Amino acid sequence: MAERRSPLAGFAARFEAAGAGGRLRLAELPFLTQINVRVDPEGRAAGRIGRALGVPLPVEPGGAVRSGDLTVLWLGPDEWLVVGPDEGEDEGDARGPGLRDRLAETAAGTADDHVSVVDVSAQRTTLVVAGARSRDLLAHGCALDLHPRVFGPGRCAQTLLARAQVVLVAREADEFWVLCRASFAGYTAEWLLDAATEYVT
Amino acid sequence: MTATERPVQADRPGEVLRFRFDGRDYEGRSGDTLAAALLASGVRRVATSVKLGRPRGIFSAGVEEPNALVQVETPFPEPMLPATTVELYDGLVATGLPGKGRLADRPDPARYDSVHAHCDVLVVGAGPAGLMAAAEAARGGARVILADERPEPGGSLLGTAETVDGLPGRRWAAERAAELGGFDDVRVLCRTTVFGHYDDNYVVAVERRTNHLGAAAPATMARERIWRIRARRVVLATGAHERFPAFAGNDLPGVMLAGAARAYVNQYGVRPGRRAVVFTTNDSAYPAALDLAGAGIEIAAIVDVRRAPGEEWARRCAERDIEVRTGHVVRAAVGDGEVAAVSIASEAGGQAREVPADLLLVSGGWTPVVHLFSQAGGALRFDEEIGAFVPGEIRQAVEAAGSARGVPTLSGCLRDGAEAGRRALAAAGFAVPDPAPPPAVEHEPEAAPARHLWLVPPADGADHREHFVDLQRDVTVADVLRATGAGLRSVEHVKRYTTAGTAHDQGRTSGLLTSAITAHALGVDVADLGVTTFRAPYAPVSFAALAGRDRGSLHDPVRVTAMHDRHVDSGALFENVGQWKRPWYYPREGEDMAAAVLRECRAAREDVAMMDASTLGKIDVIGPDAAEFLDRLYTNMMSTLAVGSIRYGVMCRPDGMVFDDGTVIRLADDRFLVTTTTGNAAAVLDWMEEWLQTEWPSLRVHCTSVTEQWATVALVGPRSREVLAGLAPGLAVGNPSFPFMTWRDTEVAGIPARVCRISFSGELAYEINVRSWYGLALWEAVEAAGVTPYGTETMHVLRAEKGYPIIGQDTDGTVTPQDLGMAWVVSKKKPDFIGKRSFGRADTARPDRKQLVGLLPEDTGRLLPEGVHLVEPGGTRPLGHVTSSYRSAALGRTFALALISGGRERIGARLHAAMGAETVPVTVAHHVLYDPEGARRDG
Repeated sequence: MAERRSPLAGFAARFEAAGAGGRLRLAELPFLTQINVRVDPEGRAAGRIGRALGVPLPVEPGGAVRSGDLTVLWLGPDEWLVVGPDEGEDEGDARGPGLRDRLAETAAGTADDHVSVVDVSAQRTTLVVAGARSRDLLAHGCALDLHPRVFGPGRCAQTLLARAQVVLVAREADEFWVLCRASFAGYTAEWLLDAATEYVT
Repeated sequence: MTATERPVQADRPGEVLRFRFDGRDYEGRSGDTLAAALLASGVRRVATSVKLGRPRGIFSAGVEEPNALVQVETPFPEPMLPATTVELYDGLVATGLPGKGRLADRPDPARYDSVHAHCDVLVVGAGPAGLMAAAEAARGGARVILADERPEPGGSLLGTAETVDGLPGRRWAAERAAELGGFDDVRVLCRTTVFGHYDDNYVVAVERRTNHLGAAAPATMARERIWRIRARRVVLATGAHERFPAFAGNDLPGVMLAGAARAYVNQYGVRPGRRAVVFTTNDSAYPAALDLAGAGIEIAAIVDVRRAPGEEWARRCAERDIEVRTGHVVRAAVGDGEVAAVSIASEAGGQAREVPADLLLVSGGWTPVVHLFSQAGGALRFDEEIGAFVPGEIRQAVEAAGSARGVPTLSGCLRDGAEAGRRALAAAGFAVPDPAPPPAVEHEPEAAPARHLWLVPPADGADHREHFVDLQRDVTVADVLRATGAGLRSVEHVKRYTTAGTAHDQGRTSGLLTSAITAHALGVDVADLGVTTFRAPYAPVSFAALAGRDRGSLHDPVRVTAMHDRHVDSGALFENVGQWKRPWYYPREGEDMAAAVLRECRAAREDVAMMDASTLGKIDVIGPDAAEFLDRLYTNMMSTLAVGSIRYGVMCRPDGMVFDDGTVIRLADDRFLVTTTTGNAAAVLDWMEEWLQTEWPSLRVHCTSVTEQWATVALVGPRSREVLAGLAPGLAVGNPSFPFMTWRDTEVAGIPARVCRISFSGELAYEINVRSWYGLALWEAVEAAGVTPYGTETMHVLRAEKGYPIIGQDTDGTVTPQDLGMAWVVSKKKPDFIGKRSFGRADTARPDRKQLVGLLPEDTGRLLPEGVHLVEPGGTRPLGHVTSSYRSAALGRTFALALISGGRERIGARLHAAMGAETVPVTVAHHVLYDPEGARRDG
C-alpha cells in the first residue's frame, strides 16, 4: 500500500514552534474518518443512525455531540458530519466494516426515508487550535462570537476563518477543531501561524 | 518653515524626550503630544494652509485639529497627522505640512491586523459619561467594551482639572478604568478610535498599538489593529467639540480654542502664550481663563458677546482683576504671521480698540460629537439652548450620553452616563443592580444662557476674505457667500461648491459654522437647514490598517492539490484558476512556453502524458429521485445511463444559455457522481441546492461536495492503456472489457482507485481517482512509469483541436449548446429541463447567432490574439471574436476557435481578423479540427 500524506504533513515543526510560549497549541489531526450524513431528522432512519452512533443526531443548530470516540456535528437541518478516529490504510477489514459502511448499512433498506452517507474523510483535514490564547487567535479571522457562554464545548459552526470556509468545533474549554478543505489547508495553516505571531512568545 | 523664537518652557516635570521638527532639535516631556511639546518649545507656526499658504498654528488639543498637520518621518513615513494626536516619543522626527502630505515610496514593514469582538454593551468614549456607563454595565455582569481614542481614559477631565470624588479627574478616571479592567468580560481599549457605525450595531474601530513607541515598537506586535465589533447595545459618550465664530484673521497662529488652551495648561503644563484675550459666547471659557491665569498667563480681557455672563464666573474674574467686556466682540486677530494684538469693539458698533496679546482664545459653544450617532442612522435635531444639533430618534439599539447629547455639566454627564449604562444593561437582558451614589463633584456655578454667535461682521467696507469657516480647506465666509450668491440652497451643495467640511478633519470644528453662515446668508434658520451627512470614517484610517494581514501570500487563499509540491519540484509554472494554482506547463531546460507546450502536446497525441485534474468539481448526487433530478438539470438524458457508465452533460440556465458542463458517472441506481468545471464547483452545488430547496422539494435527493475527497490524474495518449495495465494488474484494460465512457473500481499502484475512461483530448485516456491523501503517491507512481506531465495550456490546446469548448472561455453566458455545435446534447425527448422553453424562442433559432467555429490563419505561423474581432474582407461590421487561439503540434500550424455570427454557414469563407491597422486573413473551419471521425479515442 502506498503511503498517505496529509495536507499539513509539512507543518508539524512550525506548529510545534508556535506552541513554545505555552499559550497556544497547534497541531494537525490527520486522516480522521469523516462521514457526511444527510437524512430527514424526523424519519425513522435518523433514529436508527442515532442508535448506531450511540447518540441521537443533534437537531439544535450548531450542536456538536460526542459518543465515545465519535463526534457528530450539526451542519444543517438535514446534514451532519460524523467524525471518528483514523481507520488506517487498510479499509478497516481487520477491524470489521468502517464507519461509512456501518452507517450506510444502518440506513439501508428504508424505503420510507432516504439517507445519503458519503465518505468525506479526505475532503477536509483537522487542525487543533488550543491553549489560553486559542480564542484570541481565532478571533482574528472568525466573525462569530467565540465567548464560552455562546460557543462553548458542544457547539460547532460552518463559518469563515480568514477567507477559508471551515467547520469550527468547540471541543474543550480552550480547545477547538478547525476542519478545513484539503486545498485550503496550507493557506489556513499559514494564516494561523502568522496570526499567532503575538502569542508565540 | 522657520519656527518663531519664543522662550522654551523647560520647567516641566516628566521624562525628557528628544525630537526633531522641521529640521530642528527640541525636547519635550513624556505624556506630551507633539503639539504640546511644540508649544512648550515656543513653536507656534506648525504648518501652512493648503490653498492660501497662510501660516497656521495649533488650534486645538485633540482629533478635531484643523491646522497643525504634520508628517511623521520615522520609523515609517506617515502623512497628515494632527500634531495634537501624535504622542511624543524619543527620536520622533516630523515635519509640518503645507496642507497635504507625501506617501512613503516603500512598503510599510510593520504588522497590521484585525480582530472580531462581541459585547453586550459597547461604550464609545471614556470621559465622565462613558466611564460611568461602562462601570454600570460591567457591575451588572454584561460583556463590555469601552473604547477611547486617547492614550488614557478621562476625556474632558484630562484637560479641565476638575475633581471627582475628591480626586483629580485624571486619577479618578484612571482608577475607574483600572476597576473595569478587573472584570473578566470587560475590555478597555485606549488609543482606539471608533470610526464607523453600521447596521445591527456593527462598529469598526482602529487601535493604535505601537505608534507611540517609535523605534522601540516590538516588530511582532501589530502596529494598528482594526476592531470589528458587534454590540447588542451601544452607548455613544463621544463628548463635544468646541467651535468658534468667524471673524477676521481667525486662522492666525495664536488663535486657539479656549478649552484646548485649558488642556495645555492643565494636562501638559504648557503655557500656550503669555498674554491672552478670551473671546466667548458662553460660560465655558471662564474656567479656561481662570485656569490660564492660575498658570501665570496674563488674561488681557474676556470679551463676551453676551450682556450677562454667569454671575459667579464674573465675580471670580473680578476677584482676579480680569477684565470682562460684555456686549463686545473680537473684530479681528491682528498680526504678521501670528497673533500680536486683538481688535475688540462693541457689538453695537463704534470704534475698535487693539489690545496687545499673543494668544486669542475663542469659544463659540460646544458641538456634540454626533458623527457615529448619525452614521448609525440616527436623526439629529437642533437644540436651541446649546445652539447645535443633538441626537434625536434612532432605529438602532444606540443611545448618546453626556455632552454628546448636549449635557453641559460634569455632574450631569456622570449621572447621564450611569443612567445610559443602566438602561443598556436592562435592554441587554441583565438584572440591574441598585444605583450607586453618584460621584461627588465640585460646586458648579449656575450657567447663564449662551449666545449663538456665528459671524462677527467685518469692519465697515472690509470683505469676508479672512473670516475663515473651514481652516483646513481655507474656506472663508466670502466663499460661502459666493456659493449662496450662485444660487445654492442646500448645505450639501454649498459643501461641494466650497469644499468646506471635506478635509482631513471632516469639518469637525467647521461643519456647524458652515451651515450657520449659509443659513444666515439665505435668511433661514440653521435648525431647518441642517448639517451635511456624516459618513465613516470619523477620523482618517490608514490603508495599511484596513488591509491588515490580507497582504502578500495571505491576500487571498491559494488552493493547491495533493500533488502540488511535486509540481513545484518539477519546475512547473502555475496558472491561477479561481483560487487554485494549476500547473500551466512544465518547461525543461532551454524551453520557452511554446516549445514546452508543443512537446507536451506531442507526448499526449503520440505517446503518453498525464495531468493533475484534481481541481474539477465533484458532487455526489444521491437518492431515489437522483436520476429524475439530473434529467431536469442537464439538457440531455441522464436517467437512461447504465450503472458503470459515464455521460457528458451540459447544464443551462433557464434562458437556455450554457452554465456548466462535465460528466455524470452512475455509481448505483440511486447514486451519481457529477463533475463540474474547476471554477464552477461551488456555483453548481449552490444551483442544485437552490432547485432542490426552492422548486423541487419533493424530489428525494441529497447533494454532497466531494471535490477534495478525490485526487485525479488524467492519463492520456496512445500508450496510456499500456501504462495503466502495468499499474493496475487487476484491471482488464482491453477496449471490449473497459469501453469508452465507463468506470471501474480497482487498485492503481496499490492504491484503491476509481478509473474512468473519459477523454478531454480525443485520445485514448483515463482519469484515475484516489482519495486525495494518496494523490501524491499516485502521481509519483504514474510519472515513474515514464509518463510526461502536462499542464493546463496543453490541455487547452488538445481540447481546442477537438473543438471542445471551455465554459467561461469559449462561452460568456450568451451561448446555447446549439451555438457550440452541440445540438446533440439537447434532448428532444425529455418533457422538461432547465432551459428547454428558451430553445423554443425565435431568438435562440436565429441563423445569425454567434456560433463556435474554427479559424485557420492563412499565415500558418500567425497566432491570433484571443479577443480579436473578425470582419468580412473590406468590411467593418464585427461578426464575432476569437475565444481561444493556440499553436498546434498535431495540425502543424496555428488555429483558433471563435464565436462568429452565422459561423457554420461561413465554413470555408475568408474573414479578416482586425488587429489595429493590420488585418489578418483567416479561413473559417469546422470547430473540430483534429480527428473529426473520433478514431483515436479507443487507442
